[in-house]
Formats: sequence, C-alpha cells, structure tokens
Amino acid sequence: MTKLKRKDNRKADVIRPISIQVGVIPNANGSAMVSIGRTTAIAAVYGPRELHPRRLQIANKGVLRTIYSMLPFSVDERIRPGPSRRSSEICKVTRQALEPALYLEEFPKATIDVYINILQADAGTRTAGINAASAALADAGIPMRDLVGSMAAGKIGDDIVLDLEGKEEEETDCDLPVAYMPNSKKITLLQFDGDMPPADVKKVVKLAIKGCEIMYEKQKEALRDKWVGAQKK
Amino acid sequence: MAELLKKERDFVLPGDELVKSMDYLPGKNAYREGDSVYAKRLGIVSLSNRVVSVIPLNSGYMPKAGDMVIGTVEEIQSNGWIVDIKAPYSAYLPLSGVREFIDTSKIALSTVYDIGDLLYAKVNMANSGSVHLSMQDPRSRKFRGGRIVKINPAKVPRLIGKMGSMITLIKDRTGCRISVGQNGLVWVDGERDDVAAQAVDMIERDSFHEGLTDRVAALVGGGPVPKQGDNYDKTQTKG
Repeated sequence: MTKLKRKDNRKADVIRPISIQVGVIPNANGSAMVSIGRTTAIAAVYGPRELHPRRLQIANKGVLRTIYSMLPFSVDERIRPGPSRRSSEICKVTRQALEPALYLEEFPKATIDVYINILQADAGTRTAGINAASAALADAGIPMRDLVGSMAAGKIGDDIVLDLEGKEEEETDCDLPVAYMPNSKKITLLQFDGDMPPADVKKVVKLAIKGCEIMYEKQKEALRDKWVGAQKK
Repeated sequence: MAELLKKERDFVLPGDELVKSMDYLPGKNAYREGDSVYAKRLGIVSLSNRVVSVIPLNSGYMPKAGDMVIGTVEEIQSNGWIVDIKAPYSAYLPLSGVREFIDTSKIALSTVYDIGDLLYAKVNMANSGSVHLSMQDPRSRKFRGGRIVKINPAKVPRLIGKMGSMITLIKDRTGCRISVGQNGLVWVDGERDDVAAQAVDMIERDSFHEGLTDRVAALVGGGPVPKQGDNYDKTQTKG
C-alpha cells in the first residue's frame, strides 16, 4: 500500500466525509439521513404497528420489513422507479443485517417498517442505507441489542482500500460490504462476488470492520446531538 | 461502585454499556450479556438499589394489563366492540366488559357504544397480540364533548407526575376535567381547555427540563407551586 493515488486523494483507510442527521422526518416514529461523500440515504421507521395481511404475522415475534429504493434522479441516468432485481436483493440483505440487532420478540404479530430511499448514489448505497436505518430505529425507540455500523472495503490493483466511491468501484470487482455490531463483535452482512485470494479477504474484512466502527460512533454522535440537544434547549 | 459506567439520568443509546458487574440486575429496557448490562433503548438511566433500567425518551404504546387507555370504537361485532387504542394491536371490548347487562336480542350494541365513540377503558388482558378491554373500572366512561391531545406515550408518566402531582396541578389551576390514557391520548374538557392543552404540549416538549413544574404553573396561572422537589424521579415511571 505505498504509491496508491485515489481519485479524491484520500488515504487507503479513510472514509469520505460523513454526515448523519437524526429526526429529519417528523412524521415518522424515527428517521435519519446519512451522507457518505456523494451517497445519501434517508431512512424512516414506522411502528411497531399492526401487520396486514394477517397471514404475514408471526405469532411469537414481530416482523421487520425493509423497503430499499433508489430515487429516479439518484444517478446520472434515470432509474425506473419501483422494485427491481437489485433493490429486492438489497431489501433482503438490509433486513438480515438489522434483524439480529432487534428485540422483535417484544412485538408479537406486529411489524416495524423501515423505508430506505437513496437520494444520490455514488457507490456504497446499501451500507449508507443500513447506517441510516440503524440510527432511525434507535431514534424510534425500538429495543435493540446494539446499533449496526456498515461500511464496504475492497481492493484496487494491489491496494486494499476502505469506502470505494463510484469511479473506484467501476475499476474493480473487489467490493465487499460489511455490517457489524461492535458490542457482540458480530458480522451481520458480508457480500462479495469478485475474486480475491483468501488472505486478502481477511484483510479487507478487517478494514471494513474498522469502517463499521467509525460509522457506529458517528451514528451515536448524531443521536446524542438530537436528543441531548433537545433536552438542553 | 466502580463498576457503574453511567450515572443516574445519563443519556444512553441502545448497546451502551451501563454496568460491568454481576452485582447489578438489568431492569426495564436493559439486558445482560456476559458480565455487563447494556441499554436496550434510547433513554435515560435510572438506578434503584441494584437494578439498572432505562426510561425511554421515545416509544410507541404497548398495551399492558391494568393500563387506562383512550380509544375510539372502530367496529361493532355481535358480542362486543373493536376499539382503536393507538397500539400495534386493536383491542376488543367484549359484552362482559360492560358494567350493565345488555340483552342483545332487545338492544342494538350501537346504542351502547357507537362507531366513533371515545372511550376511557381499562386494559383487562394483553398478551401476544390480543388485547381485551373492560369498562368495569370506576374511572371508565364514554367521553362526551371535550378535546383530545396526543402526546408521546413515553412522556405520559411525566405528565402525571409524582403521585399525580403534575396532572392535579393542571386540573386545579385550569378547572378542566382531564383524563390521561397510557397510550398517549389525553382528553381535556372545560372552559380553559386551550390552556390545559398547551400545558400538556409543553410537558411533552420539555419533559426533561429542570423546573418544568414552575413553567407549567406559570402557564396555567395561579402563582408558584410550593416546593416539594420536582425532579424527574423513577417513582413517576410506575404504571
């Protein structure tokens, strides 16, 4: 990792500028907006609320539903609104990344709905979405074991780098998003479809976890800003 | 105790470590993992003896047996009413939950409680998604007139206050009749209902400010309140 020159002059283990804002949608029970560089995700949490149709209800625990979608203007070329093959996959992995953090057994038969919208996309939308959803769930007062931090790492040439941006992602097929709960040290999301020697995978995952921990702290900071700030005012 | 990582009234987030010791027990909204107790929810730490719990700052209403709630009649069935109580589950008020005997072959249920009626009812039973109400509690009734103020259910204990001090203050000073539902709906009726409603809103907005009682007293009029200590206290979270 010596002569690496990234598109925006970042060091290999540096994340793009992060901003997290909690409580951006007063109508929702909880909400958050996460910007990582030119990627922006907004998440709104509704519930626990009644789940219809009833056949979807689970007798002894609640259901988490995540709806991820990219807004038509989020990328250069307009995206057709509505579900796609890609967005259904992301809905599923997002749900699986968040579910282990929640005490769903406290809401039998009910549902918690998380709506994630991508306002602008420049790689790393699923990780931004998970960060936004995690902060929004905590903001909604949902019982959780821990917040979930999420970040991707990958490999460009021989260099292992954190938080790939759009152009970098186009150059490589080594992009590995991770979601992580720091307290229990558990990984809740790990996707990879490129190819990489096993030794490098370990290094990439390790770096991604470091990124997750940073996102985790940023979420806490933003939540504290909203709630402690509101108390002092 | 050196193992205590947070003080009483500290703000915590889910996953924050509260105590690193087996000497403490996790209370409400806290859980144990290994040697430590962690927070389950966003809220404020509350310690009593050796139990650490978290008072939530934001929450939806989860029905609990014994709660008094305010709901609207949604639907009439052959043997009772379905009532919307602003919870993840709609509640059922069976005929057996009504104080007087009703002969369904002679009277229509809609003459007792019609769709849209506001009820102050007691949660008789609440488990795994089924909620039964009762109107047999002496406090239960059907509301006529008045207005409804909605607040966050997490703020209801603060609105009631220590031994009902806050709500009595508003009732006495405004001369309004007020009923508080644990589900965050508050019914207000009287000449000065606008002032009372403002006071309720103020409590929701500023629930964790110092000297809230004095500010409420200033709003509703009638001079300052005799000092008894109005700090947020764990005794308020009962119920």
